[in-house]
Amino acid sequence: MQRMSTDANNTLHNGSALEFKSSTFSVPVLVLSSNDWIIIEHQLQKKIQLAPDFFKNSPIVFDVQWLNKNKLDIDIAGLLDTIRKAGLLPIGIRGGNEGQNKQAIDLNIPVYSVHNSLSNEHKNIDRTPAKAQAVAPESAAKAQATIITHPVRSGQRVYSSGDLIVLAQVSAGAEIMAEGNIHVYSTLRGRALAGVQGNVEARIFCSDLEAELISIAGTYKISEDMRSIARNKPVQIYLQEHALIIKDIA
Amino acid sequence: MARIIVVTSGKGGVGKTTTSAAIAMGLAKKGHKTAVIDFDVGLRNLDLIMGCERRVVYDFINVINGEASLNQALIRDKHCDQLYILPASQTRDKDALTQEGVGKVLEELSKDFQYVVCDSPAGIERGAHLAMYYADDAFVVTNPEVSSVRDSDRMLGLLSSKSRRAERNEEPIKEYLLLSRYSPERVKIGDMLSVDDVQDILSLHLLGVIPESKSVLTASNSGVPVILDEKSDAGQAYADIVARYLGEDRPHRFIDEKKGLFGKLFGGK
Ligand SMILES: Nc1ncnc2c1ncn2[C@@H]1O[C@H](COP(=O)(O)OP(=O)(O)O)[C@@H](O)[C@H]1O
Ligand SMILES: [Mg+2]
Repeated sequence: MQRMSTDANNTLHNGSALEFKSSTFSVPVLVLSSNDWIIIEHQLQKKIQLAPDFFKNSPIVFDVQWLNKNKLDIDIAGLLDTIRKAGLLPIGIRGGNEGQNKQAIDLNIPVYSVHNSLSNEHKNIDRTPAKAQAVAPESAAKAQATIITHPVRSGQRVYSSGDLIVLAQVSAGAEIMAEGNIHVYSTLRGRALAGVQGNVEARIFCSDLEAELISIAGTYKISEDMRSIARNKPVQIYLQEHALIIKDIA
Repeated sequence: MARIIVVTSGKGGVGKTTTSAAIAMGLAKKGHKTAVIDFDVGLRNLDLIMGCERRVVYDFINVINGEASLNQALIRDKHCDQLYILPASQTRDKDALTQEGVGKVLEELSKDFQYVVCDSPAGIERGAHLAMYYADDAFVVTNPEVSSVRDSDRMLGLLSSKSRRAERNEEPIKEYLLLSRYSPERVKIGDMLSVDDVQDILSLHLLGVIPESKSVLTASNSGVPVILDEKSDAGQAYADIVARYLGEDRPHRFIDEKKGLFGKLFGGK
């Protein structure tokens, strides 16, 4: 009863307190090609050592399709244990047989069909090295910043393997891309893509945002999504939990 | 050494040829020996506007191909003896223009002339590219509408990357904005972009605003560059532009609505 009254206080409208929204997440998939516990545990440890921050508490879907194709059985409860011990949070099984899927559901692990998730597969691959790069920032720091002092006009493209700094305007119909951050010290009207190799830490800064498109590590907004942004104000754009945040620079 | 000016835009019908004729005449009348070249092979417009179409014997392509000397092909203007016209060919196709050929002609002209004005064809293809390739200065003619401004922006991109100066890493081409066919009345009702809008989009040095004017058609029908019609608004606008280009400081005109007699007597500002 007490809970209910608290809920009522926290609900702004008399209508619903919740809403279902569709959202896509990028989750690594662990594809197994052995049912030998020792080998699995050993190789998993080795992989995680390469980018411990990336894998720590990372959600993971495990894929047993290959094992089943090759008639190699694996105990789902045991596999879950091994994965959790490695510091990962299993959130789904893919390519399981009837018995494995039933076992997974009993252990509160959702079942994903191979068919549904394949279209997103390449994104997972894209994202992995990005996070790994954040772990080892030396590689990003090595790339030189590119400085452009003249306007980037319609039809022109500029690419920087490090940061990109533009001291003039970027016209509609122009495209600027950087593996690192993008700074535009004038009006940004064209397309600006930062972190194009997957660096989710990359940001875009500009003194006047009127862009046709902005993107960080593949997450983008087009001008229609930015109609409410005030003109002639310096802003920065960054990724937060897979969403682009546009914020005034005070 | 001549200063080479390209009159360009990307879009057609914005007033490049009108402008080329006017500023070439303006420079010549100020005493500078000037040549104006028609790069619009196949269309041949400049000689009509300059009123010398009946005196065309040899053309630009003949000179490039070595079929005529430059002196044989250049036509002296009938109003001003400091002005010469190199007409385009009406019969040849555009491929007759070569980068090397254009370069040779410009080099030869440079020895004898102070200014060479290149009237560019529309588009961003070969002819337009060759017209701007050797330029020192670019007069970018824009109409106050979105598509024209966008085309000019694209042309500015090419000027800064595909010219000889850009390729040689020399000082970039000097770019000037000429806003043509401007009508303050239509800007007011939101039919056209304003001077400020265009400058905001292109961020370019404004050399002048040329008003939409009947005098332009009258002038081209009689084969006299409009700058010689000193009473006309367009003629005055071009005279201002030439003066500003030569370093004179003249306030901008033709940006605000014309006031009738009533407005002149009682209007605020
Ligand atoms: N300021 C102006 N006012 C009115 N008409 C103009 C003006 N400038 C150009 N025109 C007209 O526009 C048309 C195109 O002009 P032109 O100089 O031939 O353009 P372009 O060389 O860019 O194709 C012509 O009919 C010309 O008379
Ligand atoms: Mg023309």
